[in-house]
Amino acid sequence: MTPANPTPAHPEPPTLALPYPLALGRAGLSGFPSPAQDYEGRTLDLNERLVKRPSATFFMSVTGDSMERLGIHEGDLLLVDRSLEPRPGHIIVAMVDGEITVKRYELRGEVPCLCSGNPRYAPIPLLDIECQVWGVVRSVIHEYPV
Amino acid sequence: MSMIGLVDCNSFYVSCERVFQPRLIGLPVGVMSNNDGCVIALSAELKALGIGMGTPAFELQHLVRQGRIQLLSSNYELYGDMSARVLAVLEEFAPAVEPYSIDEMFVRLDGFAHERLLAHARQLHCRVRQYTGIPVCVGVAPSRTLAKLANRAAKTLPAYGGVCVLQPGSLETRTLLRKFALGDVWGVGRRLVERLALMGIKSAWDLAQADPKRIRRQFSVTLERTALELRGISCIEMNDIDEARQRIMTSRSFGKLTDDLAEIREAMRQHGQRGAEKLRQQGSLARAVLVFLKTNPFRTDLPQYSPSLAVELPRPTDDSREILHAAGIALRRIHRPGFLYQKGGVMLLDLIDASRQQLSLLDTPLSEAERQRSEKLMRVMDALNQRMGRGTLKLGTPSPGAAWHLRCAHRTQRYSTRWEELPAVRAL
Repeated sequence: MTPANPTPAHPEPPTLALPYPLALGRAGLSGFPSPAQDYEGRTLDLNERLVKRPSATFFMSVTGDSMERLGIHEGDLLLVDRSLEPRPGHIIVAMVDGEITVKRYELRGEVPCLCSGNPRYAPIPLLDIECQVWGVVRSVIHEYPV
Repeated sequence: MSMIGLVDCNSFYVSCERVFQPRLIGLPVGVMSNNDGCVIALSAELKALGIGMGTPAFELQHLVRQGRIQLLSSNYELYGDMSARVLAVLEEFAPAVEPYSIDEMFVRLDGFAHERLLAHARQLHCRVRQYTGIPVCVGVAPSRTLAKLANRAAKTLPAYGGVCVLQPGSLETRTLLRKFALGDVWGVGRRLVERLALMGIKSAWDLAQADPKRIRRQFSVTLERTALELRGISCIEMNDIDEARQRIMTSRSFGKLTDDLAEIREAMRQHGQRGAEKLRQQGSLARAVLVFLKTNPFRTDLPQYSPSLAVELPRPTDDSREILHAAGIALRRIHRPGFLYQKGGVMLLDLIDASRQQLSLLDTPLSEAERQRSEKLMRVMDALNQRMGRGTLKLGTPSPGAAWHLRCAHRTQRYSTRWEELPAVRAL
């Protein structure tokens, strides 16, 4: 027997505390990653967790579906860190023919390739095209409609 | 040995645009002034077409239509943020960094052996490029004036690959001093060049060799200092020089760490007003205002936040009220509570000669009556403050009044400062 009115887990959602000052976001940046452990007991700050190097971190929004199999959907927010050296297996943002594109960096045999998560798009060998790495994707934020 | 580095961003405004629009790389690109009036920043490719700074945009429309050049509206918010990023990267790799303008920063590089210093300067050069996407040139020398010259060498002589370190008295330093004309030296204006030429002083080397005492007698203490600096003796502080009238900066430490917005606002108001005074003294108009705040990077026990924001002025102006208004807007947007600020400043950017008022035809027009009124008010204010002491007559920070309507048809997105304008990355 199922109850007609399931009890919601949080009958009245508590008002959410504002996260601690968005220290590292938006218009401003600090040179030094702040040593978080020094401020015990303050509200968790997502910037601190996700943005390791503010001066080199950029946010981008995804268009297109070629990376869905790798967990990157249309409209997702990418946190791109330019300070990382790309290694095979990284999801990277690359400049391909003057466009900023998200791909997975892979070695196919000996050949470094830019691959997508969709078989419709063939891997692009890095040898024969104008291609430069823009940055390495550190995380993906997917927001659900709520 | 105490060494100073000057990091200068290459074609800064255009480079900022290219970070997010790689298709612009290698193309002739220009950035236009307020209201798309004239060209205020050019890529090397655009300069190579013989187009100069200040060219009215309408004269270039046929090239735009033919797709031969790209003209963009200025996007000061983007440039201000990218400038803050460059500064932040430098702060990671050098103990003390002073912004000199939106695209130039001085860094202290003390205590390196020569080979290590070159390697470190190269590292700065490539880190800034990698982390921010902005290409820079690095010049390092024992004095600011020589660092500026070293930077020029790094920028113009391909053999340096963007990095030049000058040791005092080295053969390299002497060669470069002989190579550069006097007009290339920091703080030596056109009129001085003519007068010095009469004395047989024609190159930077000649000035370095001249008797400093004689230079002081016949010219000024300032030029004596320049001569000493060319010998590698550091005697010019950053705020001593208002070079080539391109930008004005006023900044100072707050004296103590503070999070008091009223106190910070008052300091910024003073900086803005002082900057506007300087602007009027030298007969220039500013196109944009940049405001920055800094926490103390050495207090690693405190949260760090060093924001800056550039705001475009509705028209080129020297009116304190408009400048303070813009600075107020910028401060409100960047100030966040919960941080202890150490220092703040106001920069006036992209200056032009006030006498070139024909520009106002292209920029937002100001009625003759309005202009006269503004001029009269500012003149009275300056005269009073001069006679009775600075700060006798102050302006409050005006609150935003009428909305500014700027034409910016070709402005790119504010990629790094607005959630609604993030760069799109293709998954195609």
